[in-house]
Amino acid sequence: MPQETIDNLRVSFGLDKPVATQFLYYVRETLKGDLGISYQSRQPVWSEITAKIPATLALVGLSAIFSAVIGTVMGIVAAWRRNTWKDHVITSGTMLFYSMPDFWLGMLLLVGFAVVLPWFPVGGIVDPGSTATGLERLLDQLHHIFLPALTLTLAYLGEYALITRSSLLDVMGEDYLVVARAKGLRDKIVRRRHAVPNALLPVVTLTAINFGFVLSGAIAVEAVYSWPGLGKATADAIRGPDLPMLQGLFLLFSAAVIFFNLVADISYAYLDPRVEG
Amino acid sequence: MASLAMQRRRATAARVWKQFRSSRQGMIGLTVLTLFVLVAVAAPLLADVRELNPVFARQQGNPQWATPWDFGPLGTDYIRRSVWAQFVWGSRVSLFVGLAATVLTIFIGSVVGVVSGFVGGKLDGVLMRLTEWFLVIPFLPLAIVLASVLGRSVWNIIFVIGITSWPSTARLVRAQVLTVKQRLFVDRARSLGGGGFHIVGHHILPNVSGLILANATLAVPISILTETTLSFLGLGDPSSASWGKTLEEAFANGAMTRNAWWYFLPAGVGILVVVLAFTLLGRTLEEIANPRLGGSR
Repeated sequence: MPQETIDNLRVSFGLDKPVATQFLYYVRETLKGDLGISYQSRQPVWSEITAKIPATLALVGLSAIFSAVIGTVMGIVAAWRRNTWKDHVITSGTMLFYSMPDFWLGMLLLVGFAVVLPWFPVGGIVDPGSTATGLERLLDQLHHIFLPALTLTLAYLGEYALITRSSLLDVMGEDYLVVARAKGLRDKIVRRRHAVPNALLPVVTLTAINFGFVLSGAIAVEAVYSWPGLGKATADAIRGPDLPMLQGLFLLFSAAVIFFNLVADISYAYLDPRVEG
Repeated sequence: MASLAMQRRRATAARVWKQFRSSRQGMIGLTVLTLFVLVAVAAPLLADVRELNPVFARQQGNPQWATPWDFGPLGTDYIRRSVWAQFVWGSRVSLFVGLAATVLTIFIGSVVGVVSGFVGGKLDGVLMRLTEWFLVIPFLPLAIVLASVLGRSVWNIIFVIGITSWPSTARLVRAQVLTVKQRLFVDRARSLGGGGFHIVGHHILPNVSGLILANATLAVPISILTETTLSFLGLGDPSSASWGKTLEEAFANGAMTRNAWWYFLPAGVGILVVVLAFTLLGRTLEEIANPRLGGSR
């Protein structure tokens, strides 16, 4: 590349100015809602990012719901049947998934169920060249989302199971459960009506907070499955490095965490009357 | 006086060790870790470092994509390098980065926690707002942005992990310092004329050190997993290959579609086992440091 072209590019991206000036310019434009131009695609960062939000929301939303529901149920079973084989299987199983890098779990599932047993596609969101519409397209997308969603679900299960388990174990020592049993209620009713609702408070908070983090947590897994969302955009921007894109994504991820923290606080005050709003 | 303190310390160490030995999960964790530390230390004896160099591997006449049965013990990769050598030398980098980043994390967290809890007042307020600010920022994206800006080196990765993961330690240590500060022996030391540094050094720190150690052990897995993810995303040090870097190269060069399991399994299993071992060890230490937790968690 001739020096002249490089200089022109530097001027067009404002890189010829001092760093402090660049920063002030960045802050001013960000406050105005302009996140700059991506180095790689030469498109506005804002439109690049917003185009990728639906894919990530679908993947992350599905896995967040599945992991929260399944993880909570596993935690309840483990606590209620404490020190039985069920508890041991759940506790050690969730710890195993919790201890591996999520993208490596993704790689294993990819080899297992897309290469060795070619049941699922190796990546992407639809079959390349597919012109299907409507229901057929939706089914194709579900086929593609299965493995990445399974990976994230397995990766997040453990946290929910462990939190639910320890929260329920705390509740199980409370006097009102002794009273409920003394009234002659069946084991199932004691669990459903008296123990679980009280144990679920921290789980609700965790779910809300996790949702904020989960948006940015799928970066490596999206990269493994070439899922065209915010995570893969981050992984691609790193290779550049496409700094305006990284800045924009970082801003969005931070905003998501703050928003869902707020949701967690509000829902907690609403669910637990002991917390004054 | 000094010998009395020494005697007490020795008695405490003996009691902790006795408690620790009776925990099966703690002993499993310790044994596994000892094994991996030995592998990392003895790397030069276990595999020739030149095996990591593709030019050397070609001169040796190594086959490409060889299975473990054709080229022992773990086969070769896309540029003929021994996977065993990558595993052995990668354990050094992964363990070193994990431990060094944890030392930095715990150092920042402990200093902030102790100062915040002990001094209190306005300084406490300022430090806790700063901690909350770091706590709310999504950890991995911040690490990614910092690592992209700073450049790809082992020390930058250690710095990035340390600077992003200290807040939870700071909060934990602060809470513990606040309870220890209320105890009678602190009032006694103060009324005998003990200064701030004396009280922190002789009365506060010894009482929070168990908690700090347990927290440190539980922070190592997070550091190792973060290093792995950063390396996988291409932010690792190009000159020193960690397990995460091995996984990145395996993925980028088609080990998955070839089903070259000998290439992507060892590094992942290494991370999994080391992380599990640190978690088991940390939970045991936590139970000893904070007996109220009991066996319920």
